[in-house]
Amino acid sequence: MPYVAVKGGEQAIRNAEALLKAKRRGDADVPELSLEQIKQQMQLAVNRVMAEGSLYDPDLAALAIKQSWGDLVEAAFLLRAYRTTLPRLYYSEPLDTSEMAIQRRISAIFKEAPGGQKLGPTFDYIHRLLDFKLAAEDNTFPAPISEEYDTAEATPRVAHMLEQEGLVMPPSNGAQGNGSQTESGMVGTAHPTGDGQRSGVEPFDITRQSLNTPTNRDARLQNLARGDEGFLLSMAYSTQRGYGKNHPFAGEIRVGEVEVSIFPEELGFEIAIADITVTEVQMVNQFKGNKEIPPQFTQGYGLTFGYNERKAMAMALVDRALQAKDLGESLDGPAQDEEFVLYHSDNIEAQGFVQHLKLPHYIDFQAELNLIRKLRSDYEHNNSQPEASEKSKKERSTAAKEATS
Amino acid sequence: MTSSSPGSPGSPAPPPIPEPGFNFAYLDEQTKRAIRRAILKGVAIPGHQIPFSSREMPMSYGWGTGGIQVTASVIGQDDTLKVIDQGADDTTNAVNIRRFFKKVCGVATTEKTEEATLIQTRHRIPEKPLKAGQVFVYQVPMPEPLYFIEPSRTEANKMHALEEYGPMYVKLYEDITKFGRISLAYDYPVMVNGRHLMNPSPIPRFDNPKMDMNPALQLFGAGREKRIYAIPPYTQVKSLDFEDHPFSVENWEHPCEFCGATDSYLDEVVIDDQGGRMWICSDTDYCEQRQREQSGSAQKLG
Repeated sequence: MPYVAVKGGEQAIRNAEALLKAKRRGDADVPELSLEQIKQQMQLAVNRVMAEGSLYDPDLAALAIKQSWGDLVEAAFLLRAYRTTLPRLYYSEPLDTSEMAIQRRISAIFKEAPGGQKLGPTFDYIHRLLDFKLAAEDNTFPAPISEEYDTAEATPRVAHMLEQEGLVMPPSNGAQGNGSQTESGMVGTAHPTGDGQRSGVEPFDITRQSLNTPTNRDARLQNLARGDEGFLLSMAYSTQRGYGKNHPFAGEIRVGEVEVSIFPEELGFEIAIADITVTEVQMVNQFKGNKEIPPQFTQGYGLTFGYNERKAMAMALVDRALQAKDLGESLDGPAQDEEFVLYHSDNIEAQGFVQHLKLPHYIDFQAELNLIRKLRSDYEHNNSQPEASEKSKKERSTAAKEATS
Repeated sequence: MTSSSPGSPGSPAPPPIPEPGFNFAYLDEQTKRAIRRAILKGVAIPGHQIPFSSREMPMSYGWGTGGIQVTASVIGQDDTLKVIDQGADDTTNAVNIRRFFKKVCGVATTEKTEEATLIQTRHRIPEKPLKAGQVFVYQVPMPEPLYFIEPSRTEANKMHALEEYGPMYVKLYEDITKFGRISLAYDYPVMVNGRHLMNPSPIPRFDNPKMDMNPALQLFGAGREKRIYAIPPYTQVKSLDFEDHPFSVENWEHPCEFCGATDSYLDEVVIDDQGGRMWICSDTDYCEQRQREQSGSAQKLG
């Protein structure tokens, strides 16, 4: 018997891991990357991994990028798996992004917005020419000195100006449409306002509850915030090309640091636990109104960890598209279908299920083989029976061929 | 699920030392409790899918994370674990999951179906009948049996609630009109306890009858889809069929090349590029035990 069943899976797995580690390190004569280098010089990669990994920790994200050989989806997966081991001790108080220490802030709908426009570090107006000087090392790039600017001063929200005129619908958590705020912050629904107000309703937690449809906006936004950037970008793009059109304007984009605080009940006062960098986008979208609601603007909201404008903008467009059912709009595009968007946005889930096809499936394939063979024999049996004369003709002709060959 | 191992003395591998730095079975106790609650609900409503807050595990979704989380939530220090994939203990994914539980639990493991108190599987049910007291955990890629008829979960949930399973029967009927037989080879839908339509996970239809009135507790974990369901011991599980087209399982024209079994699920092994094939048991433990018995009795005779 020449055949021996495949054994030794454990040794093969160990060797594969060792080989991966060696390949990842590359040429030993080239200095090894430090986490500090990744954190500093690959900051946008670190940001993306933190956002999709759903864990704000630049050091661990840098480690994940190093460990994943630069594969950012794999790095986000590493962070998520690590996140599983962490207990949830507290929920933070809502962020107050109007108190953000602003690094960049722009509005596309007003030339002058109170608080000013500030470009900050952006690729937007850079000619995308390969910079060959950068190929050489030991470059120094001094940052320009801008005029002193008080980061402690609050920057009013652009959308707020439209709200004062009643031209924009206040953000809401689904069909209730009640998002009004009070000083105590106890009225309203679980929706993002960025105002640091706690709403009366406990928000959904997609990391502790299974997402069920139909969803509310709090669950949707959490899903989008850690959704795959590429997926959200394409979904957002599809709305602009007519699959669920809703005429977006970039009301405001701001990037900067905000304070995260918790309120431990046993202490009875708030404690600031971290400053984190976030990107916040408020889109202003056209809405023609319906019988109950006069024509006005609506909002799409995007928030990501770190500086990640493309993702935050895409998120805001998709958030707005997903409000279609609450606004009574017709559902014409995939971006408006919450089951389509929310169940396919997570790249940790998607990469796993797509790649699991690599696992052995020979039991199912055997079952399928047996079935196909059965169906084939049924087919051949059925097709050969009624035309007996035809068959005998064929047999004769093949016999003739054989005789001649 | 702690019970003393009934196996013959010293035959399961001795428990390894768990690696420090992890909670027992990786998940924290609160998460395990949440998963156990979902399992209990599942047991109370056989075949009904219970949503649970699935966690990211250190293996990829699609690699059995649902089954792994169920196993991690029910495993105890005294358990003896068996892990199979495609019926075999030595396939890479089975090896890897067993390695994981050795690392984070330090429990004893075995390849023998009868020695295990807890068995995690992908795509097969062992040939040797399960016993009362055993827990059998399935890895489930797609818990929703209606997904290829109704992709929307909102709608599918309504169909389950209303027991509206007509479209599934229509699909099976269409198969019969088109092909003369039901063309589902695996993932073959079952009715559990006469109430819930259930996806048995991609086991071949050959294994479906083993689920019926099984003395073991059968648990199903779908990690990516975040669903858990269960078949309590001695529950009726019926594969869908029609009176004039009764459910049947496949059989092979060949016995197993190694052990001669004619009652087991066989794997077709391609042995050359000339169309050469051989058929061997997919359940490696079953096949090895039979081979051992045969050589034992041969020695006795000789």
